Amino acid sequence: MNFILSIVLSSTAVLILVLIPWVGVGALNLSGFFGVFLPYVALIVFFVGLVYRIVVWACSPSPFRIPTTAGQQWSLPWIKHNRIDNPKGTIGVLIRMAFEVLTFRSLFRNTKMQFLSGPKIGYEWEKWLWLAALAFHYAFLTVVIRHLRFFTEPIPFFVQMIEHLDGFIQAGIAPINGFMTPGVLISGFVLLGAVAFLTLRRILIPQVTYISLPADYFPLFLISGVAITGILMRYVLKVDIVSVKNLTLGLVTFSPKVPEGIGVLFYMHLFLVCVLLAYIPFSKLTHMAGVFLSPTRNLSNNSRFVRHINPWNYPVKVHTYEEYEEEFRDKMIEAGLPVEKEESAK
Amino acid sequence: MAEKVEKVKPEQMAQINHKPPLFKGWMDIPAEIKPGIFCYAGKPQNLKYIDLPNPREWSPVDEDWKLPSNWKEIILEGLRERLERFRSLKIFMDICVRCGACADKCHFFIGGGDPRNMPVLRAELLRSVYRREFTKAGKILGRFAGARDLDIQVLKEWWSYFFQCSECRRCSLFCPYGIDTAEITIIARELLNLVGLNTDWISAPAANCYRTGNHLGIQPHAYKDMIEFFLDDIEGITGIRPEPSFNRKGAEVLFITPSGDVFADPGTYTCMGYLILFHYLQNLGLDLTWSTFSSEGGNFGYFTSHEMAKRLNAKMYAEAKRLGVKWIIGGECGHMWRVLNQYMDTFNGPADFLEEPVSPITGTKFENAKTTKMIHITEFTADLIKHNKLKLDPSRNDNLKVTFHDSCNTARGMGLFEEPRYVIKNTCNHFYEMPENTIREQTFCCGSGSGLNAGENMELRLRGGLPRANAVKYVHEKHGVNMVACVCAIDRAALPTAIDYWVPGVGVTGVHELVGNALILEGEKERETNLRGEPLPGMEEEEDV
Repeated sequence: MNFILSIVLSSTAVLILVLIPWVGVGALNLSGFFGVFLPYVALIVFFVGLVYRIVVWACSPSPFRIPTTAGQQWSLPWIKHNRIDNPKGTIGVLIRMAFEVLTFRSLFRNTKMQFLSGPKIGYEWEKWLWLAALAFHYAFLTVVIRHLRFFTEPIPFFVQMIEHLDGFIQAGIAPINGFMTPGVLISGFVLLGAVAFLTLRRILIPQVTYISLPADYFPLFLISGVAITGILMRYVLKVDIVSVKNLTLGLVTFSPKVPEGIGVLFYMHLFLVCVLLAYIPFSKLTHMAGVFLSPTRNLSNNSRFVRHINPWNYPVKVHTYEEYEEEFRDKMIEAGLPVEKEESAK
Repeated sequence: MAEKVEKVKPEQMAQINHKPPLFKGWMDIPAEIKPGIFCYAGKPQNLKYIDLPNPREWSPVDEDWKLPSNWKEIILEGLRERLERFRSLKIFMDICVRCGACADKCHFFIGGGDPRNMPVLRAELLRSVYRREFTKAGKILGRFAGARDLDIQVLKEWWSYFFQCSECRRCSLFCPYGIDTAEITIIARELLNLVGLNTDWISAPAANCYRTGNHLGIQPHAYKDMIEFFLDDIEGITGIRPEPSFNRKGAEVLFITPSGDVFADPGTYTCMGYLILFHYLQNLGLDLTWSTFSSEGGNFGYFTSHEMAKRLNAKMYAEAKRLGVKWIIGGECGHMWRVLNQYMDTFNGPADFLEEPVSPITGTKFENAKTTKMIHITEFTADLIKHNKLKLDPSRNDNLKVTFHDSCNTARGMGLFEEPRYVIKNTCNHFYEMPENTIREQTFCCGSGSGLNAGENMELRLRGGLPRANAVKYVHEKHGVNMVACVCAIDRAALPTAIDYWVPGVGVTGVHELVGNALILEGEKERETNLRGEPLPGMEEEEDV
């Protein structure tokens, strides 16, 4: 499947997803279905699916300690041990994992091969992927935390604080909010920008284009759909925000009610979010959980000083010394090598 | 075939296109089994000897690979079983996001440009089948979800590409989720072996090792003979004849090294280095024996299956127990040390009949080997040097400008970086590091690891060796480096060919060859040559007389 087909397929899929609530709410007036039923289903699928996935992973053991060691081992006392990249115990592993999960340390190592004639091969600075990945994930996290204001009353302090930080750019552009537009929150735009970058590099870097599946473009388009509908709602095509909060608070308090006249754009946004949530456990997006279980990162390099047990270890057939000596005894005796039985069996 | 490849000029060989086709997906491009890239098939007698399935004569270029009729069932059942056994496999099958960070990190891709050698795509070869058979999305959506059926072409593609991975783990370093292609390759090779797909260069050494104790099939008397040959050489050079012992019960320490060290240059010089060092230490209290039964440090079983790795590895502890030694020193070898570090105790431990290693000369306790009871020779030697126990004359290596090639396995499967460097810096006066992105944890494979150091796949080896050789070339041109030191027997066997092809004029040495040259033995005569029989610096003229 070439990249054009992959892009056409996945973008069509997202377009269809956008149209579903448009028809469903706009024409058929199924706001209860899209506003209450589907969000509950999506959440259940997300949680149950993700827990199921983790349980399935956890059911298989890590028979061997196979960390990728990225620094000096712990050996002689005068040799400086790299505690983070070659951890010898739990604390080291925790630090390594924290760096991995919070700062994408491995991706930060990324370089770009430069192949010149001669041949002359260089490995260039390449932090854009790391930067975009970081921007993408943190912007997404900020957006998610900000959205907690729709599910809480009163709004917790940390949510307000995040929102405040998110709106820092406002101070530079227009200290007083404009008449028509609410304060600009940077996270949504960063998210969209990062998605655009990640999509573009999939199309423009030939190696990445070659390995990309529709399943790689689909989540990017889906997330940009979520971001675009969200941004449109906030800045351009306003929806009734009070009604939205009534709906969302109803959802979390398990007393769902569907206020009238929220506007179909909201349902598009919500529906895409529901699809994303339900999609996560069945797709590569499970990396959000899987990274914690990756045996090359979450195990310490201690297998020479702490015994590691393989739960399915089984006895194997070996060639014993006796069998060996039996075959070579005469030659061994002749060569003056010590043997267990001086007498040849022959 | 090999000769033909080597006649291709390096400039020609380096005309590499790294851009995969734009408008055709990889699933639509059939994989080729190319001469110069593949290794010959395993021979039936070797497979039979170690009880591997489906022993038969077959050739990769034939249409019919003579598989069992239910091969697909066997493979899929094997895959199911391994998904249950290895969390790594499940995780690595599920969470790759195809970000492509690994794509240009593989030496085979850099040196060859074949897109299936991008680590991500190598894994996708297996993942696509996993999706089809083990995930809902793959079952329903098929190719749209990146899934495909396992058919004979796919199986052949697997065989071809999982024997084009040297399990060096460089990609796993850069992967944001730590996806380790080595792990995927190891398991894929296990699957392939279930239906009798393997290579001669791996199954023959494995069978040899099972029978004679070492990969090269050296029988006990011959092993002793070969060492004695080195003793003659050492005596000629130093005037002193070391007296190693073999299979001696009651020794304190057992020494195990790759058999490549006793077999072929330049590994043999490393072996002479060991012999000189052990002789030197004999008077200081080292009580050491060699073994002809456990005469292999390496483990080609590891390139076959976890089970075969365990079967071959078992000899080390068995022999240590039989001889009643207290602990073990392991020689310079790459994958040997990954197995010893990450697998041995789990495979065949607990070694409760051994004691925690303590250097009899310095008293240093090797706490990092508390349960395996086996230490790396550079750990041992570095400790000796640190405690001023060795009289060294580094100027004897003054003809050498040395760089150090970290072996993939000791680098990314252990973290042995400083020990060998410390030994080198104390035995040589001229040491230069290669560029940062090509050493330590980012080191490049020699291109021949994991059983790919055959002759018939020379093109693959030369291509895979290019990134390493290119970094050597850099220090060769900048500092005049003429010697690559390493702690790996496959490096010593395979790297000279690749280096000679890309950077003529640079040699390969084991670290303990440098030790052997620099070490001043009690009562030795004035040395005129190094262990290779080349005149020592300052002795060149005398040779002409």
